[in-house]
Formats: sequence, C-alpha cells, structure tokens
Amino acid sequence: MATINFSINGTSHAIDTDPLRRLLDILREDLKLTGVKEGCGEGECGACSVLKDGVLVNSCMIPIGTCEGSEIITPEGLRETVQGKAIIDAYGESGAVQCGFCTPGMMMATEALLRKNPSPTEGEAREALSGNLCRCTGYDMIIDGVLKAAERGKGLW
Amino acid sequence: MNKKISTSIKRVDAGIKTGGAARYIGDIPFDGLLYGKIVRSSRARAIIKSVSVPALPEGYYYIDAKDIPSGGRNRIEMIKDDWPVFADEHVRFIGETIGLLVGPDRKELNRLRDEVKVEYEDLTPVFSIEEAEALKGGPIHGEDNTYADYRLQKGDPDAAFAKAARVIEDTIRTGFQEHIYMEPQGVVAKTEDDGKLGILFSGQCPFYVRHAVSATMGLAEDQVRVQQVVTGGAFGGKEHYPDVISTPLAVAARKIGKPIGLFFDRVEDISFTPKRHPSVTRFKTALDEAGNIIGMDIDVRIDAGAYESCSMVVLQRAIFSVNSVYNIPNVKIRGRAFATNNVPSDAYRGFGAPQGLFAMESHMSHLARAINVDELKLKQQYLLKQGDVTVTNGRIHEEVKLPEIIQRIDDMSGYSKKLKEHTPGSWKGIGISLFNHGSGFTGNGEQEIIKGVVKMRKRADGLVDLLVSNVEMGQGLQTTFRKIAAMVLELPVDSVIYNDPNTDLVPDSGPTCASRSIAVVGYLVQEAAKKLKDRWKESDIVEVRQQYEPPEGLIPWDQENLQGDAYPSYGWGANVIEVEVDPLTYEVTTKGIWAVHDVGVAIDEKVVEGQVDGGIIQALGYGSLEKLEVKEGRFQQKTMADYTIPTTMDFPKIKSALVDNPYEYGPFGAKGAGELVFDGAAAAFADAVQMAINGDVKQIPVTPEYIMEVREDGNN
Repeated sequence: MATINFSINGTSHAIDTDPLRRLLDILREDLKLTGVKEGCGEGECGACSVLKDGVLVNSCMIPIGTCEGSEIITPEGLRETVQGKAIIDAYGESGAVQCGFCTPGMMMATEALLRKNPSPTEGEAREALSGNLCRCTGYDMIIDGVLKAAERGKGLW
Repeated sequence: MNKKISTSIKRVDAGIKTGGAARYIGDIPFDGLLYGKIVRSSRARAIIKSVSVPALPEGYYYIDAKDIPSGGRNRIEMIKDDWPVFADEHVRFIGETIGLLVGPDRKELNRLRDEVKVEYEDLTPVFSIEEAEALKGGPIHGEDNTYADYRLQKGDPDAAFAKAARVIEDTIRTGFQEHIYMEPQGVVAKTEDDGKLGILFSGQCPFYVRHAVSATMGLAEDQVRVQQVVTGGAFGGKEHYPDVISTPLAVAARKIGKPIGLFFDRVEDISFTPKRHPSVTRFKTALDEAGNIIGMDIDVRIDAGAYESCSMVVLQRAIFSVNSVYNIPNVKIRGRAFATNNVPSDAYRGFGAPQGLFAMESHMSHLARAINVDELKLKQQYLLKQGDVTVTNGRIHEEVKLPEIIQRIDDMSGYSKKLKEHTPGSWKGIGISLFNHGSGFTGNGEQEIIKGVVKMRKRADGLVDLLVSNVEMGQGLQTTFRKIAAMVLELPVDSVIYNDPNTDLVPDSGPTCASRSIAVVGYLVQEAAKKLKDRWKESDIVEVRQQYEPPEGLIPWDQENLQGDAYPSYGWGANVIEVEVDPLTYEVTTKGIWAVHDVGVAIDEKVVEGQVDGGIIQALGYGSLEKLEVKEGRFQQKTMADYTIPTTMDFPKIKSALVDNPYEYGPFGAKGAGELVFDGAAAAFADAVQMAINGDVKQIPVTPEYIMEVREDGNN
C-alpha cells in the first residue's frame, strides 16, 4: 500500500492503495468516473484514454504508483471545458458518434492533438487518432469531427 | 429523395455519449454487486467424469445445473434449444460453460476458477467442415453431422449441364470473423423490489433474453423483466449470446438473492463468444458455345460449431444470396451447416449473405477471366430485373435500379477508364462488386414467428411515448425512429419519448437484427403514428397499436421446401475498390473506395452514410486483415493486438452516394441498410487484388501471405 497524491480534473486526491493498480480501475471503481471505458485492457483500443500531464495515455496501462504529482484529465473534466464542448458539438454535427463506447477516448485524443496542432490536416488527424479503435463508424466522420472542432474552435487551443 | 425526412438532424445521443455521461452496463452502480466467473471446459469433445470445486471462502458460491429450479430446464431456448445452460454430461467446445463461480472479488474468483478440477474422458473432436463431413470420430450430431441440409432448384439444371459446351469449377472460402463490438459482453441479474427476476444487459433482443431466462427458470415470462441499457456495439454478436450468459446468471441470482454482474474481458470475449460462420462454396458452371452461362450447380457448406443456435437460418440466407444479383436460368443449390467442436458460430452482420455474395461475386470474376470477357459486361448480361424469378422461385417485385447504380459508381470512380489503364499484373488493380440484401426475417419469419407489435401513446403533457422493443446499439435508431414518428405527427423530434426498452413497458416488436428495424418495425411506427394522428383529439391520453401484416402480392412462403418470396424487398448496391500491391512484400494499399446503394429512401442521410462507412470498413477488415485461425478448437488470435481490425490509417475516405427507390411498405419509402452496406466490399477488394497480381483470389482474408501463395501457384 502507498499513498498517491495526484489531481483529477483539477481536484486533488490522496489515495491509499496498491501502487500497481491500474489508473483505469482507480478512476472507474474508486472515483466512479465511468467516462473512461475498458475495451481491451492491454493498451490497444484507446477507449480508456486520459490526459496525464497533458499527454494522451491509455489508463489501463498506467500503474497508479506512477501518477504521484500528476494531473489527470478524464472525459468528465474535459466535457466541462470550452474546448471539450467544442469537440462534443463538432462530433455531433459530423455524425462521429454511433455506439459511443470509443467516443470519450476519441474526444481525449482529439484534445491532445489540438493542443499540439490546432489546425491539423486530415492526415495528421488520422495519425493522431490511430491509437483509438472504433468498430462502428469507419472513422471518416470522426476525422470530420476533429477537423470541424479545429475550424470552429479556432483560438481555443 | 424525400428531403423532409432524409435531411440529417443531430443524433439525439451524440452529446451524452461523447462526453462519457452515457451509462453502459459496466457503468451502472448496484448496491452489493457480486461478480460471476464462468468455469469453462478445457476440452473440445469429452465426457465430464467429475467436477471438484475447492473449499469456497465465505460469500463465494459455485452454481451449476443442479441449481436450476424445478420446473426449469437446463436448455437455452433460442431458435433451437440444443445449447445447454451448463454443460450436461458432455462438453462440445473449448470454453463451454460448466459452472459459475460467484463472489465479491474478481481476483479471488480467478484464483478459485483455476482451482476447480474437472476430470474428462476425451473423445475424438472435429475441427473443420471436412472432418465433420468425414464423420471423424463418429457423428457428433445426428447421423451425418449436418444441422441442416437444403436443396434448391430453379429451371432445369440437369438439362443445361447435359448440353454444356464447357463446365468451369471454382471453390471459394471465407474465414471466421470476430465482431469486436467495442464494449465486451455484459449482463446483470437481480431480484427486483417486486419480486420479479430482473436482467439488465448490453444487447439487441430484450424479448429473446426474457424468453430464454423464463424457460430456464421455469417462470412465467412476465415474471422476468429485461432492461436493455446503452449498448456499445453488437453487429449480431449480441443477438443470441446474451441468452447464453444471462441464463446461468439468472440461476445464480435467484439462488444467492443478490445482484450479480457478468462482464467479459476482451480475451474471454474473443476466445469464447460466437463468430461469423466460415464457408466453403463450390461452383460448377455450365457455359454454351458462345460463353453464355446456362446453368450452375452450387454447394455451400458452413462451419456451425458445437451448437446449432441459429445456423440453419444463416445457411438459408447464405444459399438465397449465392446467386447474388443475377438471374441465372438453371440452378441447383445444396447448402449444409455442419456441426464441429469449434465455438458455435452465430449471427454476424449480413447473416450468411456476405459469404454467399462473396462466393458468387468472386466466381463471376473468375468466369470473366477464364473466358476472357469484361467482368462488368458479363455481370450486366444477367442482372435481375423486376418480375424475375429468384433461387427460391419467388419474384423480384420492386424496380431494380442496378443499371443506374452501376452508371453512378462508374461516373464517381472512373472504373471503366481505370480498367483500361491498369493491365492485369501491373500491381495496380480496380475491382467491382454488385450485391443485394433482403430486408427483414427470412421467409415467413415476420408473420409466423415474430408478429411484431408497436404501440404509441399520446400523453396528457402532449408528449408521445413510442413503445417498441427495438434497441439503439449504435445504428442510430433512437434518432431515426423518433424522426419517423415526429414527421407523421408533425411534432418536434424531442416530443417523441423512446427509452431503452424494458419488457414490462413495451410490446414485443421483435429483435433488433436482420435489417428489420427500419424496414419492418419503422413501417409499423409510421402506421401507428398515422393512427394516433387521426385519433389525436379523442382524449388527453390516446394509445394505439399496430401489428405486422405481410405486404400484399407476395408469393406465399413454403418453409418446408424453402419456396416462394424469401424477402418482400431488397436493398441493392455496388462497390468499387482500387488498390496497389507492393511487388516485394505483397502488402496491399487501398487507393480508393466508392459505394452506391439503394436503401429505398434514407430516413436520415447522415445515419445511412455512417452505416455505409462503418459497414464498408468492417467488410474490408473481413476481406483483408482479420485473420482468425482455429487450431484444435482454440482460436489462435485472442487479443486486439493479434486480431487486428482497421484503424484510422488503413483505408482512405469513402465516397458514397444513394439512389432513391421508395418502397411502398417501408416508412417514407425506406428499406433495410445495416447489413447491405457490409455485403460488397470484401469481393470488390479481392477483385481489385486479383487484377493487380493477375491471379484468381479465392479466399478471404486476402493477406500478403495468401497473395504470395497465389503468385507462386500461378493461376491457382
């Protein structure tokens, strides 16, 4: 057991737990932040994507012990920001959402991309989201959503 | 186009899903939830001699067939009831449920599961269609290992073969495909406050689950309440399989008296849940002196796995699809579904049609190559038209707009022009496929088995309740059903309330499958809305009911002999795919994807386009990437790292269009779309590759390893 101090969506937490537990389980089970989804449990699908200190990570691959002092942003945090709202609106208008299980992770990957590159090309958007799998959409409308968010949200990132 | 209905609106569930607020089965809190862990067979075909369960810590339970209440049955009542809830004295595939461990801690459950010792007496298992046909180890089902053996005949094929100038043989193979719905299987069972047995689940068919659970438990159907919750993809994989996991869970929940959740992880889901049926289709085609097709003799075999489940219906759709969109004058078809000791095969988007269509489209391309004629011209010579006879001696009742579809896709893709530019073997190729898909249940399923009912209720607050059992699973039904009702009632879309179905609150409008939700149930929604509109002023609260009736003018269905109109209407389509093949590595790069479909009228253009995009990419995975091998009854790929589905980087943007063709008995003229859009891409891809490498492609997935084989074998 260890005490891990970190922040989630701007709120500080100190959690006594096994440092090898997955960040995904801390979020979903301990903190009831179920916007992060478990699609594969091995870092392949991206449904559990969060931002850790601004970097897009698969929370199923992160032992909580490595989060000491980190700032974590989950879909619950991002959706309250102007940037998150811009992505949600753009996804809705683009038809990017079907079953929705991959979509919170896609939103996180979009945020991570736009922070680095606020006006990506289609190719750059495809590359940035290549770690996030979707079985419903064939991706075209998700990519449209990323490009629409960049265009509509100009100046936000 | 009907602009009013087809113009897209924002999906009603987009915002809640994107932000992560939508609650899937694993996201819903339950007080005191216990977890279930399935104890599975490690043998493919064996007699269970004994099961020894370790001493269980307090609060842990082991549940098996002995816990089924009296009056219940150790059978899962699906279309057939051959699949037991818990293995009887035999196990028939690796992963079959023997028992269920239940307790509060999932790690501890895994440890206990590893300590359950099962003693087996092994029998000789059967792992392929060929071994099943050879009755290796003695029959495992009936006398000949077939769940179904069908024969169809149209015209006089024997006479055609007797006068043939040439007969060309061809064998086409398709592999397993795993659904990879992004959300793995999940079910919760609990006793409700009113004493009913409650099932909450991710899936497609609430009334299927209610039926299966009540039969296993020996309860009246209305003593089981099934609630579908937000479902993270299904594609057929959550059509029957939720019955397989909710039945043992119900037994446990009743016995233990606490809510229990059964949630699969991805490895468990890939390893033990059903797949698309592998197929082997052999053609013999009779040609006359001039190279005209005068007859075909087709033998379709599918691997149905260890239990029949719905395989005979999958086989029916496969053989009804195996002439694709062509009117071949004299045809005989045999179709067999074989029992093996592989994981049972079951529903997957297309339900047999993708196998049949891939086989026929490939065969037509091979014929064109063999007799050295233009492939599209050969296909155009035999296109089905209105009034033509189908392989079940039914008729095509609607106008067939394939000529317009072909013209449109040629204009969009430059197919004819590019065909002249790429010479066979130039490592560049372009391929085309034509296809159709019957909307709704096969044969008389809608009127004899399903008998779908829809209700609609005007409420005192002026809102309208739409009461149906069909589910949103990603395909957009929450949006399209509301649009249909709202458009008829001339109300805003958000005045129509349509909740995830609960079997206590909605009538049985049938399952969410078979491209029937819009085409069949959507029409009932439209007709119910018309009734409600007529009676709107009667009272504060008005409820109307609409039951399915078959369209007029159909040739009655004879289920015994599979004769008559198998489907009242069809969606139609064409795909063109352009590829380049690396001459050294045989890696294929897709350069262009084009699609034109006739889905009648789109209820929402963006929803249909989303189906087109997703269906085509899933089919390109099937055709190119998704290799799933079975060895000794065990899938060799069991993670998302080794079973690879398409990513954002694998395929270019799809260019698609719709051709309008309103259908009289569809809502606003709409027909089915969800499966049609899957049906053509694998064949167009394979066709493009065979042009690029100048060799016949006869199986999918078309991997670089397979291309190497084709190249080395010459014209294999």
